[in-house]
Amino acid sequence: MLTLDSLSKTYSDGTRALERIDLAVPQGEIVALIGGSGCGKTTLLRLVAGLDRASEGRIVLDGERIAEPHPGVGLVFQEPRLLPWLDVADNVGFGLGHLPRAERKARITHALDMVGLAEHAGRWPRELSGGQQQRVSIARAFVANPRVLLLDEPFSALDAFTRKDLHGHLLALWQETKPTILIVTHDVGEAVALADRAVVMRPKPGRLDDAIPLALARPRDPASPHSEAATRRILAALDRSLKPAQAAAPTEAAQWW
Amino acid sequence: MNESAATERAVIEPAATAPVVSAAHDAADGTASPKPRGDTFWHRGGRLALGLILPLALVIGWEFAVRTGLAQGRLMPPPSRIAATLHDLAASGDLWMHVQATLVRVALGFAFGALAGIAAGALTGALPTARHILDPTLQALRAVPSLAWVPLFILWLGILETPKVTLIAVGVFFPVYIGVAGAIASVDRKLIEVGRIFRLSKLQLARRILLPAVLPATLTALRTGLGLGFLFVVAAELMGASEGLGYLLIDGQQFSKADQILAAIIAFAILGKLADAVLVAVTRPLTRWQDTARETL
Repeated sequence: MLTLDSLSKTYSDGTRALERIDLAVPQGEIVALIGGSGCGKTTLLRLVAGLDRASEGRIVLDGERIAEPHPGVGLVFQEPRLLPWLDVADNVGFGLGHLPRAERKARITHALDMVGLAEHAGRWPRELSGGQQQRVSIARAFVANPRVLLLDEPFSALDAFTRKDLHGHLLALWQETKPTILIVTHDVGEAVALADRAVVMRPKPGRLDDAIPLALARPRDPASPHSEAATRRILAALDRSLKPAQAAAPTEAAQWW
Repeated sequence: MNESAATERAVIEPAATAPVVSAAHDAADGTASPKPRGDTFWHRGGRLALGLILPLALVIGWEFAVRTGLAQGRLMPPPSRIAATLHDLAASGDLWMHVQATLVRVALGFAFGALAGIAAGALTGALPTARHILDPTLQALRAVPSLAWVPLFILWLGILETPKVTLIAVGVFFPVYIGVAGAIASVDRKLIEVGRIFRLSKLQLARRILLPAVLPATLTALRTGLGLGFLFVVAAELMGASEGLGYLLIDGQQFSKADQILAAIIAFAILGKLADAVLVAVTRPLTRWQDTARETL
């Protein structure tokens, strides 16, 4: 269980990035954090990753407080951030330095298999396409077997085709160890394709606005009536979060995007 | 919304099996091709030949001009005479003595200067306090033309090898220091965060991220330093030496032996190029991950 308890973050210049965030995520749930730009999605993820410190409130993972990078929490950045001087296999195994060589090798091989890059193990990152690099970066986060995996708009720089492919790889990896996943996205379709729950955030200061359960069976078809209904509900919630005074009509909601 | 979802599906479904999809991707983006450039034997040979046209034309032209009496060869001897001088020097063993003397000075000065430059650069790059203390002084010293130290070095250290090696070391120190400090300061914060996510200790961070990240810029700085090492060995030897290629230069000037001066200059060119090539060859395995045009420089 990952619990955020009235979490606030105020930057040193006085910007209130997050205000009193309360969120409880049971083990194995996939939560999509969605919202317009500047509503603190990335800040929230960096706090949970332990890269930044909260101004107030606490983050608790299975009874343990998180204030700095934690072995049970993995992070996939928006950019692949591979180390250019390591080949693909060594990049995937970057966080496994403490393991015996044989186990490290087995885990790397398996993770590369899962993201479909087994034959690229000896390549340099510069020889891979953007989508392949992001797959390596996802494999790097997964091999450490995190209990919580954070993804910060990991597919935003990719084309729709590659993105769908990577959704498949991500879900396949998630099936194996069922980590809790928090994924930041601004793509409603992505939230519907992946998440058990979409949490809509509201800007200035960043707050949680609404939570939409997405109890759809997997694998999901983006064109099924259930998916489309969920998409409409999220869009409506997003619209409300940006225009709190008015009650939004569904047609307007569709135009927001 | 309905329509766009339907089109997306129509696009994706025909190739929905995973292996086909990823294979199509691999083929689609050209970055994944195994052989990046047409670096064939003939390509390289052709480039080499192009580069030789100009010097060969000059050599042949000058030889021809002197032989036919169009030009006098006294101050600018023809290539054949320079080659003969070089050959005589080599045959008598003098050339090797001078080359060795010069190389030893460059090697010692380069080693001391580079080590000191790397140490100072690492210190100021890694610790802000050290930077605030050291950098202003070092920058001020850098503004002093290195040759201005010569009288002082001679006064302090005599006229033998020590002042020469010191002068070379000073010349090598500054580019290496600037290069290393700059490289450390410009390491990508995003890669440091990758290290933090995997909870690397300070030492691990230095070894696994900082060191490889600054390596290419450090090697470039070392190359610059080596070049300056050869610059300053000439200066040091011109100021008083009984052996070394710089001595050959001065000797040639005093006895009006233009062929000897040119022979020494050619020896310098060859030595400098060879030393640089050795440095590049030795360090190439360390930076073969790089996606740059370094090998063409």
